[in-house]
Amino acid sequence: MQQGTGQQQSEGQQHPIRIYLYIWLLLFVFSTFSYLVDYLKFQGALRWTLIIIFMLVKAGLIVAIFMHMAWERLALKFVILAPPLCLLILIGLMAIEGDHTFLTRMAAFVR
Amino acid sequence: MADSALATTTSTSPPEGFQGVASDLSSDKQAFPVPWGKVMMWIFLLSDTFIFTCFLTSYMNVRISTTVPWPNVSEVFSLNIGGTNVPLLLIAIMTMILITSSGTMAMAVNFGYRRNKAYTSALMLITAGFGATFVGMQAFEWTKLILQEGVRPWGNPMGAAQFGSSFFMITGFHGLHVSAGVVYLTVVALRVQRGFYDRKGSYETVEVAGLYWHFVDLVWVFIFAFFYLW
Repeated sequence: MQQGTGQQQSEGQQHPIRIYLYIWLLLFVFSTFSYLVDYLKFQGALRWTLIIIFMLVKAGLIVAIFMHMAWERLALKFVILAPPLCLLILIGLMAIEGDHTFLTRMAAFVR
Repeated sequence: MADSALATTTSTSPPEGFQGVASDLSSDKQAFPVPWGKVMMWIFLLSDTFIFTCFLTSYMNVRISTTVPWPNVSEVFSLNIGGTNVPLLLIAIMTMILITSSGTMAMAVNFGYRRNKAYTSALMLITAGFGATFVGMQAFEWTKLILQEGVRPWGNPMGAAQFGSSFFMITGFHGLHVSAGVVYLTVVALRVQRGFYDRKGSYETVEVAGLYWHFVDLVWVFIFAFFYLW
């Protein structure tokens, strides 16, 4: 039962249990919200905005608290969280490409 | 140890050839002040992020480009409870189960660092149990979709053919991750029980396993939003 010898972080990530229970509860609440978006049949821009907001909040809570990213060094945060940003370019390109394919199909194949 | 011998060679001139490759790559430098297993797990999860994003992006692409209407997901995944169709009920329950398992996993990591063997292994086994339940419900969902709704990877009676291929690929790959996680967590939990990490002197493996499990939950958040709700 020895604490880590002379390390700065004596024993990894130790946080009060309260914070996990609180985040857990928040995740339940936001999951219920996103379910309600479908249940209450919101449509159009409102639906998509709400879905994305609730999704990002949940993802943020999981990464920051459950995966302890909030307490890591800034270097590790950058190394892990910055590369996925380039996926936004892929998503953008594929959205444009998808639109192009759709219009081509409409023009050439659908009467 | 061989370290001292290696240290003397590196101090004069670095070794050449494969010895040089080994000594360069294993040189005593550390970028991140966390256990190496944690960094490696994070990098693995980063690569997994790219894989899942590619899947979800291809799903977005085929959904945008199809000229046939997309099936009404809310209706396809509804459950008939007492004569009324409740939309997405099974998926909502699966989401809650996965979030619950994420919560128990976070607690397990916490108790691991408190050196509470009994609680840690019990909470990890509970987490694995929730994971197995999730996979079971997914199997039920697949069975219902294939046998009752007639969804196939190449077509379905409700609309765009790409619905089936996207669905089976994305949820199948996620289910595979959950199944692997159940095995992973069970192995680590049994090791905790036997006092393996007490002898090792560190419970970081529990946290690393936790990272993997939370990631599986994280991916589901995105699948839930983009595939089931959109």
